[in-house]
Amino acid sequence: MKSTTQDRLVGRSVARREDPRLLTGNGRFVDDIELPGMLHAQFVRSTVAHGLITDIDLTHVRRVPGVVAAFTASDLGLGDITAQLDRPLSEFVPTAMPVLARDRVRYAGEPVAVVVARDPYAAEDGLEAAKVTYASLPPVTSEEQALAPGAALVHEEAAHNTLVDVSLFATEGIDGIFDKAPCVVHVETRTGRQNALPLETRGAVAQWDAREDQLVLHTCTQIPHQVRTVAARCLGLDERAVRVIVPDMGGGFGLKCVVGREEIAAAAAALRLRRPVKWIEDRKDALTASFLAREQHYTARAAFDADGRILGLDADVVCDMGAYSCYPFTAGIEPLMASAEMPGPYKVPAYRVRGRAVATNKAPTAPYRGVSRPQYVMVVERLMERAARELDLDPVEIRRRNVITAFPYTGVNNVTYDPGSYLESLNLCEQTLKEAGWYDQQAAAWAGGRHIGIGYSCFSERTGYGSAAFAARKMEVVPGFDLSEVRMDTSGAVTVTTGTMSHGQSHETTMAQIVADTLGVDIAKVKLHQGDTDRITYGWGTFASRSITVGGSAVRRAAAKLGDKLRAIAAAQWGVPPEGVELDRGRVRLRAEPEAELSYAHLAGIAHLKSHLLPKDIEPGLTATAAFDTDTDGTFSNATHGVVVELHQGTGQVEILAYVCVEDCGVAIHPQVVEGQCRGGIAQGIAGALFEQITYDAQGEPSATSFMDYKVPTAHEIPDVTIHHLETPCAFTETGAKGAGEGGTIGAPAAVLNAVNDALRATGTELDNTPVTPETVHRALTSPVLEQTP
Amino acid sequence: MNDTGGMGDDVQLLTLDVNGTSYEVITPPRRTLVDVLRHDLRLTGTHVGCEHGICGACTVLVDGLPVRACLMFAAQAEGARISTVESLADPGSGELDDLQRAFTENHGLQCGFCTPGFLMLAQGFLAERPEATKEEIREVVAANLCRCTGYQTIVEAIDACATARRAQRAAGTEETSCN
Amino acid sequence: MKPAPFRYHRARDVEDATALLAELGDEAKVIAGGQSLVAMMNFRLARPAHLVDIGGLRELDHLGTDAGGGLRIGALTTHHTVETAPPQQLGAGFDIIRAAMAWIGHLPIRTRGTAGGSMAHGDATAEWCLLAVLLDAELVARSPRGQRRVPAREFFFGYYTTALDPDEILVEIVFPHPAPHAALTEFAERRGDFAVVSAAVSLEAEGRAVHGGRVALGGVAAMPVRVPEAEAVLAAGGSFRDCAEAAAAAVDPPGDANGSPHYRKHLIRTLVERACEEAMSR
Repeated sequence: MKSTTQDRLVGRSVARREDPRLLTGNGRFVDDIELPGMLHAQFVRSTVAHGLITDIDLTHVRRVPGVVAAFTASDLGLGDITAQLDRPLSEFVPTAMPVLARDRVRYAGEPVAVVVARDPYAAEDGLEAAKVTYASLPPVTSEEQALAPGAALVHEEAAHNTLVDVSLFATEGIDGIFDKAPCVVHVETRTGRQNALPLETRGAVAQWDAREDQLVLHTCTQIPHQVRTVAARCLGLDERAVRVIVPDMGGGFGLKCVVGREEIAAAAAALRLRRPVKWIEDRKDALTASFLAREQHYTARAAFDADGRILGLDADVVCDMGAYSCYPFTAGIEPLMASAEMPGPYKVPAYRVRGRAVATNKAPTAPYRGVSRPQYVMVVERLMERAARELDLDPVEIRRRNVITAFPYTGVNNVTYDPGSYLESLNLCEQTLKEAGWYDQQAAAWAGGRHIGIGYSCFSERTGYGSAAFAARKMEVVPGFDLSEVRMDTSGAVTVTTGTMSHGQSHETTMAQIVADTLGVDIAKVKLHQGDTDRITYGWGTFASRSITVGGSAVRRAAAKLGDKLRAIAAAQWGVPPEGVELDRGRVRLRAEPEAELSYAHLAGIAHLKSHLLPKDIEPGLTATAAFDTDTDGTFSNATHGVVVELHQGTGQVEILAYVCVEDCGVAIHPQVVEGQCRGGIAQGIAGALFEQITYDAQGEPSATSFMDYKVPTAHEIPDVTIHHLETPCAFTETGAKGAGEGGTIGAPAAVLNAVNDALRATGTELDNTPVTPETVHRALTSPVLEQTP
Repeated sequence: MNDTGGMGDDVQLLTLDVNGTSYEVITPPRRTLVDVLRHDLRLTGTHVGCEHGICGACTVLVDGLPVRACLMFAAQAEGARISTVESLADPGSGELDDLQRAFTENHGLQCGFCTPGFLMLAQGFLAERPEATKEEIREVVAANLCRCTGYQTIVEAIDACATARRAQRAAGTEETSCN
Repeated sequence: MKPAPFRYHRARDVEDATALLAELGDEAKVIAGGQSLVAMMNFRLARPAHLVDIGGLRELDHLGTDAGGGLRIGALTTHHTVETAPPQQLGAGFDIIRAAMAWIGHLPIRTRGTAGGSMAHGDATAEWCLLAVLLDAELVARSPRGQRRVPAREFFFGYYTTALDPDEILVEIVFPHPAPHAALTEFAERRGDFAVVSAAVSLEAEGRAVHGGRVALGGVAAMPVRVPEAEAVLAAGGSFRDCAEAAAAAVDPPGDANGSPHYRKHLIRTLVERACEEAMSR
């Protein structure tokens, strides 16, 4: 395979192939799909957080002009959505999520009935005519309430409202280590419940195709094949009889990597009515009744020696998972991630953790970009800062003394870390802020009574989980591998499939870069197919920063196989062994005679149109498939974030003055895309640290029903980010890439919170909960502790 | 009939001028401009993100100024000139205009859902304030929500477009004055 | 989030509009820019049976000074028109009004939202309402029964409640006196949001010496309020900080998700002082 360095596309920020259609309004999102005779669904939703349904009367709904039908759970008779872990009942209690609530509702907003009408306006008119009566049960609205003795049960089968309770690690003698340690620091942290908030809400268009004897379900999901599995199960169909198609997707961030109830109900209505049914979630439902995330409570402590070296980490994690376990990840997603990964980039010799998921009467949770890592990184980084203060060490220095520097490193959490640049990223991040003069400015500001703080977070992030790594989590369905098929047609154009599902990550560009390099074809000749269960054999979708690492590796392998086949065909034409020829920019050349060449189109012609010319051992056609999986523990991306904030005395506002991110995701296929992932991730991390939260009142009513209450930050609040790349290639992915999709979000809350606390240093107050609101800062700045400080 | 008014609604005949074309639509008055653009006129480039005027995914130009198409009934738009994202690229060749090019060159979009709103916001703003500074651009970009980019590259894209337009205009003026 | 059905009436002129309102009664609502109303209708928090669209009444879209040096603003003048008006059109001494526009939502809201619509909506945190109360604006309302001028202090009754009768529309806002040393400032967690607290002051000063002034606050009560206690400090030649302290001490702000009463008082201190300083710098 000959390609000079400057020919290579991997590593270059080529023009995004998605852009022309998205910039001209020619993208096709779910709500852009219009089918003849299409009807529109909306959902009657529970108005109480916890109650028994005593009556559902849809008589008046059906009389509303424009309403075509209305169905309850008993009308549709659908199977439940149930997610499982392979763990004993003492560790995991499975709970079923019905597509529509039957006899009981468990959160305000839970779907109770589906109304189908000629247009979305009439569907909403129909909702208003529904009469549902409830016998209210006491709502469980917080993790404390859920675990309190005698608490009402969200699911009768889950005692103490506990869905998951695992103690994955407990180093022997850890209590003794803490007893003897010269320095023990504690932190208790609560993080706010957030919505991942893709700007495109969820939605689906379902249609029964009588000719194909198949349900066609267009829906915006990160996991098309898993949606197919659940839709088929709930509807009682073979999986073959369900085709899930994902058009352009307006973001997902994890919220769309679980199976929702509404798309199944819309499909059931389409089957029943034999007409296409569209459901587009409105923003109010998206905020209150879709999937939320991130509400966690940590009680943690760390032991250090006198030099600031960590001796032990001991943590209790309780995650408020809301009313149901999501499919396929279950309510275990957050506590298992936190438990498995918490030691992060540090050499932690002793570790104990208990992770729990509790059920409450709130909208259920889905994985959200970073999954627990934004939270536990914040906890560990707060512990580092506390220890640094206690031991009078520089906060960067204490991290330097603790980060893993020799690889591979097998941690106390039984995870083997592949090489990374933990120390280098820390040093470069600090150096960048120093050289920009922020330390000097801080000193001057402090002297002048201004509150400027500098904060860091240092973390590693496991990406590219193979099936072995997921199996270690004991999921009942074990994601991990990915498949790709690469096909060349007689014009020499290349079609590639992937089981991953881009929703902003630019896979049409980056996967095509990989194929173009591997085959030596013009990138314009390469077209990626994704998101169609009939076109793609199988796939696990896009989540856990797996697409380029796993999906990209499968693509690379399939392309290489196709290349081998091209060489074999060409070699046979010249009567030389395959080693005697090479691929070179759309042609196969004879090594011995470089002028002798056969174009790909010519070879593809032989493979398809003149297959009699093929040697016996080569099958007709030009298709190659390959799988990729890894039995490693995955590959670890890493980064250090450094933030400078100013706290404004007059308003309590936190202003971010500077933000530096030094990241290492191995080989960056497309540096601009990697930077985009960093910046966007950081914006979401800042949102969690300072702005966004959904709270519930004592009745279980959510506080945020609009963008007035759910404060997504704008360009005014999000700073520019300076990014530096380090490159420690992954040894086992085909391209050397590591995952890059989540790191920004993971590092930001810790760095911001540490900077806020650095700015508060003189006050004696420390803030450990997020979001940090202006009022919280105001209280910290004006607390009695401050007044006592000379 | 699909996705037009519920049968309980009165309907009215509207004439809308969109991207220079006059359309006649029979629709109930409660339909918002964005729904009529998307579902009656099938101009689906304009997106719906919140339906309460905060996210800006539905931003279009009405008489040259950026407005939220979710906070306007189509009936209110009669007699006005409406421009949507579909008006930007060259209608014949499909070639991107300079603003669209600046977005792709600066990676000002990822999933692309909010993009038409930002494009129309910038288009209206730069037409009125071609001399806008980067900080002014940032203030205007704060009008819309994007969940993918962190905004930096959107601001950079619009600033790059404005800068290039100014340079081009200056060159044009110079040329004219030289002649 | 689709509005409930309604009947749509496009008014030909002001007389037609008020006649329609008189005929349709309580079931009708006027729509101008619609930037608050349509959002509320999409949530079905407002569900008028009739909408009377006055958006096409060009005679209500004007901006200019009167002989007495006052500023007359047609009810349908958009925030954006005010913000971008040439200085001579706005007249001397009304910089506060232009500058205040930047606080209203964002550009695409300001291009549609109108001065009159904002006043008639009567949001307790709205910039126009605060300006009207601060500067003793007169609100000109017309109905089939005739025209009347309502002083701002008698116009706002409470949350989203004004002195307008069901058959009346606001046609003009008159700011009778220039306010050369005046400023409005506010705080919201996020750019463009409704203010948690807003403060506006208009100072009487000769050179650097302040000998009196007005202080008004938004977001601290059901409607914008003047704060006589703070104004007394200015009249007595007190410092801006003392004026701000007096304002914070005088009001009893509500507590909600955006801030406790205690925090709002703190914001009042900050914002009143900031507004005073800004006002002096004009």
